[in-house]
Amino acid sequence: MLRMFIRRLFLGLITVALVSLIIFAGVEFLPGDACTAFLEREAQGKILENCREELGLNRPAAERYLEWAANALQGNLGMSANGEDSIGSLVGARLGNSLLLAACALLTGVPLAIVLGVIAGLWRDRPADLIVSTAAIFAMTIPEFVSATVLILLFSVWLGWLPGIVLTSADAPVAEFFPEIILPVIVLSMVMTAHILRMVRSSVIEVMNGDYIQMATLKGVPYWQMVFRHALPNALLPAINVVALTIAWLLGGVVVIEVVFNYPGLGRMMIDAISDRDLPVVQALALIVATVYVFVNLTADMLTMIANPRLRTLYTRK
Amino acid sequence: MTAAPIIDIQDISIGFTGLSGSTLPVLRNIDLSVRPGESVGLVGESGSGKSTLALAAMGYLKRGLRVLNGSSHFNGDDMFSQSRKSLEHIRGGKLGLVPQNSGQSLTPTLRIGAQLTEALRLHSKLDQAQYRARVLELLGQVRLPDPEAIYARFPHELSGGQQQRVAIAMALAGEPDALLLDEPTTGLDVTTQAHILELLRDLAAETGMAMVYVSHDLGAIARVCDRVVVMYAGEVVLESTAKQVLTAPTHPYARGLLASIPKLSDPHLPTALDGRPPAPGKAGAGCAFVDRCGIASGLCRSSRPPLAAGPGGAMSRCHHAEQANQLPMTSTGADPERSDPNAPAALALDKVSISYAKQGLIEKLLGKEDTRPVTVDGISVAMKRGETLGLVGESGSGKSTILKSIAGLLPPAGGEITFGDGGHLPQEVERRSNDHLRRIQLIFQNPDDSMNPRHTIAEILEQPLKLYFGLKGQALHDRSAELLERVRLGAHYMTRLPSQLSGGEKQRVAVARAFAAEPELVLCDEVTSALDVSVQAAVLDLLNELKQEQGTTYVFVSHDLAVVRALSDRVAVLYQGRLCEIGPSEDVYALPSHPYTEVLLGAVLEPDPDYAPKLTADDVIELAPPAQGCPFQRRCPRKLGAICDTDSPPWQQQPNGHAVRCHISLEELNRLQVDEARSDETPKETLSA
Repeated sequence: MLRMFIRRLFLGLITVALVSLIIFAGVEFLPGDACTAFLEREAQGKILENCREELGLNRPAAERYLEWAANALQGNLGMSANGEDSIGSLVGARLGNSLLLAACALLTGVPLAIVLGVIAGLWRDRPADLIVSTAAIFAMTIPEFVSATVLILLFSVWLGWLPGIVLTSADAPVAEFFPEIILPVIVLSMVMTAHILRMVRSSVIEVMNGDYIQMATLKGVPYWQMVFRHALPNALLPAINVVALTIAWLLGGVVVIEVVFNYPGLGRMMIDAISDRDLPVVQALALIVATVYVFVNLTADMLTMIANPRLRTLYTRK
Repeated sequence: MTAAPIIDIQDISIGFTGLSGSTLPVLRNIDLSVRPGESVGLVGESGSGKSTLALAAMGYLKRGLRVLNGSSHFNGDDMFSQSRKSLEHIRGGKLGLVPQNSGQSLTPTLRIGAQLTEALRLHSKLDQAQYRARVLELLGQVRLPDPEAIYARFPHELSGGQQQRVAIAMALAGEPDALLLDEPTTGLDVTTQAHILELLRDLAAETGMAMVYVSHDLGAIARVCDRVVVMYAGEVVLESTAKQVLTAPTHPYARGLLASIPKLSDPHLPTALDGRPPAPGKAGAGCAFVDRCGIASGLCRSSRPPLAAGPGGAMSRCHHAEQANQLPMTSTGADPERSDPNAPAALALDKVSISYAKQGLIEKLLGKEDTRPVTVDGISVAMKRGETLGLVGESGSGKSTILKSIAGLLPPAGGEITFGDGGHLPQEVERRSNDHLRRIQLIFQNPDDSMNPRHTIAEILEQPLKLYFGLKGQALHDRSAELLERVRLGAHYMTRLPSQLSGGEKQRVAVARAFAAEPELVLCDEVTSALDVSVQAAVLDLLNELKQEQGTTYVFVSHDLAVVRALSDRVAVLYQGRLCEIGPSEDVYALPSHPYTEVLLGAVLEPDPDYAPKLTADDVIELAPPAQGCPFQRRCPRKLGAICDTDSPPWQQQPNGHAVRCHISLEELNRLQVDEARSDETPKETLSA
């Protein structure tokens, strides 16, 4: 088990290293560099030469990659292209905001999805299931910007209950994001809940048709005991991975939502950096998002393994 | 015998609503009563409604089914009008169930101890502190070795036989008055099955509980039941004492069923019972069995026979019950086709060893010696054209592994497989030429898994024809139709999908697909295990006929020794991937035998209530063969001593090609086994006298 974990961790690190290489190469192949972006129209001749000299852009790519990677490992992501702010401090606040948004969305979405999914699964084809399933399909198919706009129109323009846009600055303390964060959280949870719910529902249905559920019933286990002891521990196993993917998706920056609500998270930072051609920031963000994906999934796989006795023996025997 | 029945089902009909909106009955007007301490067998083919009936005794219906009329009482309580609470009290308490597939019926995330404790918590009056001791006692009662260890295990960490024992222990936890057993030994090895049945017999005698034993296997029924109810297409067609049903049945279906069972004592092919039962709602006004019956008359088509007392007190649903005894109930099947000893060589395995482990890349690069653990070792067999070699052994004996290796799917780790007259055969399937692929075909156990469910039968058959012969258009169509005729299906099957065929029909398509390639060697992997006995007989018959016509060589793998006997010229017995005995089938099935063969043969059940299996070795599942000595040393009932642990036994060759690998000399084995066979006979005679 421990060997398995170390092996997976090692593979995860290799993945991150490869991703960093790809990101660096991608940025390298783009026309222009930090200096052309910073100097804009003045980027020519002597000035450009000097700038490149100053930032060390004349050195071979391999050397610059190693330096960038070594710095990134130590937590130093370099300087933004405007040459004034360290990327670390820029990202820090934004990452915190993204985490806040993700945490709020997860805390509402995941329990809701599991409860509704189990209800839909247990009362399959009954009114409760039809209502939940239909709502889920709507939530999944309506694009986020549409539902976001509709909710803004409804709750902030017509009813005036909630602010429709986030005006708090990126580095403000957490408390100041309330109640502005509520609408973005609702929109995110809707999409997320729908995905997880449908998965939970089909998993519950499959398990409830299983032989061991019939056996538990015929052994005289009362219905709700059977659901909680025999059905759910098995039905919810596959949910772990879907939740993990959702977490990675939330942290990776939910660009559309952040743009619509003007939320100062990683997603909007990425968009801004791309339009400013702030390549060092783009590079750093891509690396962070990739790392989050890899490690959240690693955690999910490990959790599934711990929760599923069959997988556990499979790997402890080897 | 006059006690009130404990299970009392009266005139019950259960059905579902079909796609057309009409009600289709699965069970039609069935009466079943079981008295305390009685043991009743429910037999029938798949789809006969036997499991539905057993579950109805618990007041349980599978999704979509409903009671059309009739009632089901347990101990006087109407099971279909009980409150949820009182049902929960009865189920698993006074009325226990042992399910069909215990592996899937135990909750995978709960430890064995927790599942048994739950049963106690729900149904016993014990104090919480006594649960653990009682669970360990129950595990011991079902003869599980080391109850403490089993207590802490998860279901998937047990073997099939152990899972089945746990399920029995779970049913016993409620101290039941009656136990329903739904195919409890189907899918288990012969030795395990025999042990479980003995356990059930003993438990019934100890506790005095009633049993309803559902099975398609008349051998198993014969061993545990006093009374047998034969079901066909949702009806009871025959009900009588076990002895009468098994030895002198008065219904044509029961006789056909008996004739279709391959028997160890009979080297003939079993007689196929052609056709299939009508689908629910499709039985006409007459007898449901009319289309498959040898003595059907006009009356049988027009009126449904009543269940009436007939000769010997049996209840038989037949207009001509008194004529039924004209029908054979032992095999009248063909003699199996025997091969020509002078035929050219077809296939040779030379010291083949097979491993599932992969050699590490680094070891390979360094040219290190191959030290992978081998699943199969030292297999040397030479086969002649047209010969059938049967491979038998328990699960895990490496039978299927050898087939995979011959097919090239799992290249041997050592030794060589040669094909035909010494021609070179690449060991990996990827490197074999199209012609080699054509000449070796494989038929799988489960046709549902080996056919693409979205391809029509025509598409399935056309693939080998296009691939190997480049057939197109009309020629392709004609050849497919011809192949279907060969397997007695007819060209109208071409547009159907596999899901529209019965199990036996699907397996015939699989046979047709293999023969489409005009192969020289056909590898059959448990091809009849998933089929009903009557259908099994038809498939065996078909394989025999094709062999006769085309001189095909078969390697036939099965866990069923009687099936292997019916078809094979030679039989090889495998234990833990090592050969124990090989020879002409009549010699392998006769004395003297390798001690392992003896154990296997002793565990085979016959559909005869007076026949008792001889259980001489435990049904332990070994995970790996011992490092040295005889592979069978740990279970051998005739173990000599240290020599068996340290030295590989020698092959003892007979002039007729029969060879046994044992430290005990053949003369000694013969003396021991013949003596015991004689002493077994004596007490039986004194009993019946």
